[in-house]
Amino acid sequence: MRLLVVESAGLLTTVQDFGREGFGVLGVSASGAADAVALRIGNLLLENAAGAPALEMTLTGGTFLFPDGAVICLAGANFGAQVDGKTLELWRPHAILPGRRVVLGATRDFARCYLCVAGGIRVAEFLGSASTHLLSGLGGWEGRALRKGDMLPIGRLEKNIRRRKLRPGVLEMLKPEKRLRVTRGPQFDWFSEEARRILIGGEFVVSEESNRTGLRLDGSRMATRVNTEMISEGTPVGAIQVTPSGQAILLFVEQQTTGGYPKIANAIGADLHRVGQLRPRDTIRFEEVSLAAARELWIEQQVLLGSEERLFA
Amino acid sequence: VRFEAASDQAMLVYLGEEIGAATHERVVRLLRLLQREPIKWLRNIQPAYCSLLITFDAAAVDHAEVQAKLSEYESRADKMPAGKARLVEIPVCYGGEFGPDLEVVAAQHGLHAEKVVELHIARTYHAYFLGFAPGFAYLGDLAEEIATPRLETPRKEVPAGSVGIAGRQTAVYPFASPGGWRLIGRTPLEIFHKDRGPMGLIAIGDQVRFRPITRAEFLAARQA
Repeated sequence: MRLLVVESAGLLTTVQDFGREGFGVLGVSASGAADAVALRIGNLLLENAAGAPALEMTLTGGTFLFPDGAVICLAGANFGAQVDGKTLELWRPHAILPGRRVVLGATRDFARCYLCVAGGIRVAEFLGSASTHLLSGLGGWEGRALRKGDMLPIGRLEKNIRRRKLRPGVLEMLKPEKRLRVTRGPQFDWFSEEARRILIGGEFVVSEESNRTGLRLDGSRMATRVNTEMISEGTPVGAIQVTPSGQAILLFVEQQTTGGYPKIANAIGADLHRVGQLRPRDTIRFEEVSLAAARELWIEQQVLLGSEERLFA
Repeated sequence: VRFEAASDQAMLVYLGEEIGAATHERVVRLLRLLQREPIKWLRNIQPAYCSLLITFDAAAVDHAEVQAKLSEYESRADKMPAGKARLVEIPVCYGGEFGPDLEVVAAQHGLHAEKVVELHIARTYHAYFLGFAPGFAYLGDLAEEIATPRLETPRKEVPAGSVGIAGRQTAVYPFASPGGWRLIGRTPLEIFHKDRGPMGLIAIGDQVRFRPITRAEFLAARQA
């Protein structure tokens, strides 16, 4: 069995794939990669299945030893990865010789870096997915973040990997901007005119208390016009809910599946990967789009991500 | 029935505007029909008190098509049997270290702690839905006499098995997690287990009763 040995884990490193959607009836949220676009491209460059399990690192990476060697690809944020003091470029396959270690440091740009391995990380699935769900301690590697000394099985290299590069322009198109496009939430009308102006015109700062369950956004207080007690209901990923104290919280991949706070807006599907690359203290802005426009952006992104010809040279 | 776009890939279907058995029965019937006749573009169903959140493949359909299809399902849902409710019994050790808020809840209502427990075990609760965390069932309706608002500041960590109350709801925390419900006791049972079928002890539509146990019984059950 080929292994990946964790010599240091970094701040928060978990095994993630595309998540387990479809278990809301059990109260289970989808989880999965915070930046599914980066995970997909990293895997495709290795000719893996697009959603093969990989390591998701947060803000600071770790040191990983490959006793039997491996072919890897780093995707997402730049954590300054090196092997033997030599820089490993993002977005391309690298052969790691047996006994070498990949050393990553603090981020130089965004929040999350993915370490994809040819053949994927091999962990038992829970409800059809390898993703770690931290709150419940389920999925991934023992249901938790990786620690020093963990030894994870990795897949075999089954073919020669073509030396492909991303086409110029692709990264520009998928760049995680600090501008999120939103559609109106189901309780949009509950909010005052001023609250709506704050949401669309104002700036919000990502709080330190942000994680995979949600991002707390500090900004001017958004008040509701009505003082109705809300009945708890299902909450979509990307929902921006506002607590009675005016705190805005953007629900993310490991969200609670239901909630009782009014939702003023919802980040569009095509921008969720941008959310996954936001760091604490980042300043963000929202822009309202129609449902039809959001759908067009989603389809456009799916077509691009589904086309090897358009992605790779 | 009222439809509301929740996101660019999700639709909320409201089957009533008040918490109660009649509305919830409509929620469960529509859920059962959607489970029996799955729709290709449907990715997730999240039921709640009065609504279902339907997540869909936005590359395949738009909100208008989703609404049309769900309306058609809803018109047939009343013919679905709601299914037989199981009765689930949860043993609970009330008060002390396991129920740190029991005395506070009692004091707030001018009751003895024993009376709070008595009122909590007197009812058979309805499992409205699972949410918050895997296996976390929203149970209602709690007796008005002990209905208590959530803590102003949620606890950073509530132990697994804790039994809490919030408003006219009660629930058992399946996992150690942050939480704002008032804790009145704890069960030794594992509420959610991935290697068990079904994984969750409580499912939507179940009937749930609580049974008081002693500290010794709690510890013995934990040993077993």
